[in-house]
Amino acid sequence: MYLRAFLLSALRSATSGDRRYHLWMGSLTAVMLLGAYGYYVQVTQGFGVTGMNDHVSWGLYISNMAFLVGVAAAAVILVLPAYVLHDVDFSRAVLIAEGVAVSALVMCLAFVTANSPGLPFKWWRLTPVIGLLNWPSSMLAWDVIMLNGYLVLNLAIPFYVLYSHFVGHEPAKKKYVPFIYVSVVWAVSIHLVTAFLFAGLPARPFWNSALLGPRFLASAFTAGPAFMILLLGFIKTTSRYEIPDAAISKLATVTTVAAQVNLVMLLSDVIFEFYSPTHHSTSARYLFFGLAGHHALVPWIRTGIAMNLLATFTLMIHPLRRNTRVLMLACGALFVGIWIEKGIGLVIPGFIPSPLGEIVEYTPTWVELLVTAGIWALGLFVLTVLVRVALPIELGEVRSPNLEAPLSSRVIRPRTFRPRYEEVRPVRTR
Amino acid sequence: MTRDRTAELPESPDDGTLLQKPVDRRGALGLLVGGLAAGAAALSACTPLNAATPKEREIRLLEWEEFTQKHYRRMTEKERAETIERLERLAKLRDNQDVTIATTGAQPGVLFGYAFNISKCQGFRNCVEACINENNLDRRAGTQYIRIFEMENGVVDLDEANPTYQHEVPTPGHFYLGAQCFQCADPPCVPVCPVGATWQEPDGIVVIDYDWCVGCRACMAACPYWARRFNWDAPEVPREEVNPDQHYLGNRARHKGCMEKCTFCIHRTRKGRLPACAEACPTGARVFGNLLDPNSEIRWVLANKHIFRLKEELATEPRFWYFSD
Repeated sequence: MYLRAFLLSALRSATSGDRRYHLWMGSLTAVMLLGAYGYYVQVTQGFGVTGMNDHVSWGLYISNMAFLVGVAAAAVILVLPAYVLHDVDFSRAVLIAEGVAVSALVMCLAFVTANSPGLPFKWWRLTPVIGLLNWPSSMLAWDVIMLNGYLVLNLAIPFYVLYSHFVGHEPAKKKYVPFIYVSVVWAVSIHLVTAFLFAGLPARPFWNSALLGPRFLASAFTAGPAFMILLLGFIKTTSRYEIPDAAISKLATVTTVAAQVNLVMLLSDVIFEFYSPTHHSTSARYLFFGLAGHHALVPWIRTGIAMNLLATFTLMIHPLRRNTRVLMLACGALFVGIWIEKGIGLVIPGFIPSPLGEIVEYTPTWVELLVTAGIWALGLFVLTVLVRVALPIELGEVRSPNLEAPLSSRVIRPRTFRPRYEEVRPVRTR
Repeated sequence: MTRDRTAELPESPDDGTLLQKPVDRRGALGLLVGGLAAGAAALSACTPLNAATPKEREIRLLEWEEFTQKHYRRMTEKERAETIERLERLAKLRDNQDVTIATTGAQPGVLFGYAFNISKCQGFRNCVEACINENNLDRRAGTQYIRIFEMENGVVDLDEANPTYQHEVPTPGHFYLGAQCFQCADPPCVPVCPVGATWQEPDGIVVIDYDWCVGCRACMAACPYWARRFNWDAPEVPREEVNPDQHYLGNRARHKGCMEKCTFCIHRTRKGRLPACAEACPTGARVFGNLLDPNSEIRWVLANKHIFRLKEELATEPRFWYFSD
């Protein structure tokens, strides 16, 4: 076993870099510290320092959580083709997608923790036997299981693959492929479960719709790949790690299709709410047009939808989509647009008006903004570390000490010149 | 019950065993020191180890026991008694209050129901005030379990109602409708709790174990009647206004970060008394009683009046009816 060597070299990879790298990690740490301060204020003084109240009982934290579960689930867009359909183009990007999933899940769990005053210390109550996990009836209990399970899967599979490469073996298919299948189903499930957390509440007609689950998936498969395109583009331009153009263009196609489906579902929702507006449409009215002089969310949702529309139509025009700069801009717009539409544009109006018709608006306080920024910084920090550890191993730059000695029986080729998996069968893509 | 009387640790045993694992004397010492250091670091704020005075020390110790206590429904009678003793002691130590906390269970053959007469209610809100005093509701946040809606005659739409009126009542051309926890027969707030901290008792009252609640507020999102309240900050009740007659599942002191709700005054009704709101109502608009007792007033109302419930289409089966004369 070279676990110790692996961990040490991972630590080395993660902590060494040029000045810009250290500046980046330093700034993330600074934001994380600010977030920690915000969290300290929230824990010591109570949740009264947040903008949430008895009417709007979930705010920025759960909004971000709902969005990020989608980003995590979207790893399946690369995992499925790369491992199950043996797509060569995605094989080099899939580890990065799993890294994105891990960091998104870390953020999700951090947001769930930040949202519950008891959780940092009473987390053990969510475990069976010593605690009392109200499974299967509680959707939150499902979510806890799903998120943690998906985190374990997305840590274990890439770890096994990377470790095998580190020590110079090819990963044994039978050891990890079964888990790939599990993780494909799991990815779709985590997001459906998160949608049911909202959709399963008849008290909130705005969420209580069968479309919510599919809509969550459509927006997840838009925002997730959009982020992957941005990240892969960045890695491509800043490292030696080769990512085939085909991978990015395939992802761009997936993003475009998902964004269109998402818009269709949005349209369907809007028509459902406004063609024959009932009492159940008041939240939608509040969101899109404002209600009785309250319209805090109107500029947000309109900006979000405008960004989605613009980006989707841009991506639908082939020459524009093939232009890297336009593609990156459109993906950035989609990521932010979906964050608005699915985060604050979905969670908060569910509470306004309250079930008994009172309208109390929600504005996040500086504490919530700090904690939220801190958690995003934490996610980016984790992502950077994971990518930083994975790339040198995949490039063959970092290897187990046993491979440093001359080996007569084995020739180690640099990984740059071949597909990552020996077992990958080339498939005709056109 | 888990106990952590670190201060009362016995002298380290001479037979060289610790944790059922044979170790030599030096190893045992290392384990002890290491364990103590790690423990102290992890629990520095909440252990009795760093308390200044004996009183503070006792409070910390009791708080630690409170933190590790079991779910109320899993406690044995003995554990419940210990818990109550501890809570009463904490009230004494912290605020010099002498409270009695009951654990009275549901009485056999009792199922509580409530009926509200919308033609009698004049919107005085005596019930709201009585509820605040009776249930030790947070004065700083102004928590209220009961909401009285002022509604225009001819409009049965809560969206159009005014729940925050501040003027002389009754206003001509209006009627008043009170809402609180309806103790639904199929409560949507119960299954959503991830830690099972809220449940329905056999007499129909939906209760919360405040100490078990992790404060995720899923139940709040699930309630179609906006009946649940959250302790965003540490609740404050002036010492002289505290109602010392308390129940573990009812009006005992809550802490910041836990959910609470109307329990039909569980500490009163389980002893055969009326809820404070029903007792305080000067108009007789509130009828409370045992649904299983065919001779109760509530049964008479249900049988002889035109009744309705809010949001029947959600099929939560509230045990709270409205009627008019």
